[in-house]
Amino acid sequence: MEGNFFFQATIYLLAAVIMVPIAKKLGLGSVLGYLIAGIVIGPFLLGFIGQEGQDIMHFAEFGVVMMLFLVGLELEPALLWRLRGPILGLGGLQVIITAIVVFLISTIIGLPWKEGLAIGFIVAMSSTAIVLQTLNEKGLMKTSAGQSSFAVLLFQDIAVIPILAFLPLLATKTAVGGADHHNTFISSFPSWAQPLIVIGAVALVIVAGMYIVKPVLRYVAKTRLRELFTATALLIVVSITVLMVGVGLSPALGTFLAGVILANSEYKHELESDIEPFKGLLLGLFFIAVGASIDFGMIAREPYMVFGIVAALMVIKTIILLVLGIVFKLKTDQNFIFAFGLSQVGEFAFVLLSFSLQEGVLAGETVSLLMAVVAITMALTPLVMLIIEKLILPRIGTKEIEVTKEHDTIEENNPIIIAGFGHFGSTIGRFLRANGVQATILDIDSDRVDTLRKMGLKVFYGDASRYDLLKSAGAEEAKLIILAIDDPEKNLEIIHTIKKHFPHLKILSRARNRYDAYELMDEGVNHIYRESLDTSIRLGVDALKMLGFRSHKLHRMAKTFFKLDEHHLKDLSKVRKDQKIYISYAKQRIEDMEESMKNDAMFGDIKEEGWDSASLVEEVRKYNTIKE
Amino acid sequence: MSKILILFAHPRLESSRINSGLIKGISSIPGITFHDLYEAYPDYDVNVKYEQELVSKNDIIVWHHPFYWYSCPALTKQWIDLVLEHNWAYGRNGKALVGKKAFNVITTGGRHEAYQKEGMHKRTIGEFLYPFNQTARLCGMTYYPPFVVHKTHLLTHQEIAKYNKDYIKVLELLANDSIKEEEILKNEYLNDILK
Repeated sequence: MEGNFFFQATIYLLAAVIMVPIAKKLGLGSVLGYLIAGIVIGPFLLGFIGQEGQDIMHFAEFGVVMMLFLVGLELEPALLWRLRGPILGLGGLQVIITAIVVFLISTIIGLPWKEGLAIGFIVAMSSTAIVLQTLNEKGLMKTSAGQSSFAVLLFQDIAVIPILAFLPLLATKTAVGGADHHNTFISSFPSWAQPLIVIGAVALVIVAGMYIVKPVLRYVAKTRLRELFTATALLIVVSITVLMVGVGLSPALGTFLAGVILANSEYKHELESDIEPFKGLLLGLFFIAVGASIDFGMIAREPYMVFGIVAALMVIKTIILLVLGIVFKLKTDQNFIFAFGLSQVGEFAFVLLSFSLQEGVLAGETVSLLMAVVAITMALTPLVMLIIEKLILPRIGTKEIEVTKEHDTIEENNPIIIAGFGHFGSTIGRFLRANGVQATILDIDSDRVDTLRKMGLKVFYGDASRYDLLKSAGAEEAKLIILAIDDPEKNLEIIHTIKKHFPHLKILSRARNRYDAYELMDEGVNHIYRESLDTSIRLGVDALKMLGFRSHKLHRMAKTFFKLDEHHLKDLSKVRKDQKIYISYAKQRIEDMEESMKNDAMFGDIKEEGWDSASLVEEVRKYNTIKE
Repeated sequence: MSKILILFAHPRLESSRINSGLIKGISSIPGITFHDLYEAYPDYDVNVKYEQELVSKNDIIVWHHPFYWYSCPALTKQWIDLVLEHNWAYGRNGKALVGKKAFNVITTGGRHEAYQKEGMHKRTIGEFLYPFNQTARLCGMTYYPPFVVHKTHLLTHQEIAKYNKDYIKVLELLANDSIKEEEILKNEYLNDILK
């Protein structure tokens, strides 16, 4: 058994290690790499894994739960509130319209209406795992297409709960039994109490997230055992999952909620970096399982049927999404990314399909046909996205680098390239322009690019980590590149591209905080600008001024503080890998600073220099008798 | 060989015709450190420790600046105020500068005649520079006559180039110790040692 487990693990890991880098190199993205790995080791090619692929898939769905936790961590409550319109409007309409259209079509072709309705709701789901992973990888999460996709996916995650409750009502056959989804802790309560328990569980997650988790994390952090922190992070996710499953809610939704609540906490980054590898591995496993579960036997027997349904479903979903995109005023190119990106049927369909089988809603034959269809639509998604990105987008909407007219401006050979033109980047751009220096500007949010262009700014749309885009933006002739993107991962990616292809470019990079700064230092970037440094000190200066401190003294204090902080950052960067040394180092630094302040000698060995008359006064008094 | 430190101060060098002409090629002369103060300290936050080390390594200190209101630009004064510390530059224990030399290099719009007792400014350049002279003395340094560029607004390109050449020659003479101190001190201006 154990030998078998390790053998299995070896097969999975080996397949991933071989296929994913190849897929990434070919520009296909990691999701497709995992899927191909799954197909290769699956029952129809090498046969290393058989039917247990399904079980592994259920286990690996936990990766989706973790991903939603991470997504929640990145989404502060305020942002979520701002997205309420798209979530309810866009998401709600997408699920309902898709379900109705599919229901109508299946009734027309002669399916019983109950089955048609069940299928309608099942195929309305898209794949959170694939879409979010792909959007993240392409750095599109913050664009309007990314935000809209996220809104729809979030609504779908929520919608799974009522759909699970609703499906048994459509049963026409006897339940197959062995059901685990409805046989939960909650079903032992009378039906009037169930909603109360569900609400109670959600309230518990929120209250615990606000008042219990933070003190616990603080307590655990004090032990300075990194693995204990990881264990706590896992405990949070797993216990929420248990609770949610217990009351029959989507665990992904529960952890998402917990993530949002912790998004403002000081442990956000630690939680992120601790959960991230688990999420990555489990998602990878999930995609492999999807690949392995594609029933090629079925496809071989009824190829027209299978691919016919695949094509029909993807076309229907895409058209509905496109129309919704137009209604919700997405720009054409953003709408294409949004609509084609969500055109697959997602992993929740697997859950719902097996549930329908157990409940006797759908026949075994229908279920395995749809399972194959769903897996194929998921496998096709990365390919569809690739086609959209490479073939369609360059022809419509906001052009990446336009060949005719805009090409001239690119030929201006600006000495500076700015990547990312949000609030941070645009301030830099304005300052440069005020000094008569033109910069070539790249941004990935096509809506913003359009707006800025209308204002007469020469802004180009595109992913600045791409070699070809940087090249056409004049990276070979430019002297400096300014990285002003608020996604540190993307910044690092761009740095890799620059170091590889344009080593002469001087890099000036924005960093959100000291953790980002450390990573940039590791990459050998020397010019790092922490958002949280200058402004905070400026505020501190003003605060002390209001307390009556003298301006000039504060000005010099601020300068010194700034220099010392930058200096300490370099020191701390060297030891930060060891949590224990890091903390004692940081503590020592703070103590040093405070000690020297008490001695009124500014900081460290810096004193008031020539203006300090103490020693002169002493000398004069020593050599002259003071007349009383 | 004497090592020379030029403490250059001009808040608007980018639009200065005379000074940018005057300093051409200076930094490549062996033994000379050209230190552009407004470039190093745009915020007037002079690094005292660094400056003191720099001064200690050199034998001749040059305050090179335009002649603003009969004196120097603010940053030069800031430098003097902060760097020349008690017990380092002066005072009973302040011996760091003893035996070194110092002088000013200045550029001014006024003619030589205007800086005379009967001229419009009523005093000579040497008299106006007396605070620098006495600062140097207090620190145990020998104060040399200044190198002066007059009537800056009227100079042609050729004349500026000539001043540049003279400046370089003076610096080279001083760096190579090829002129006796008594000879130097006899002159009103350092420009005259080339005659």
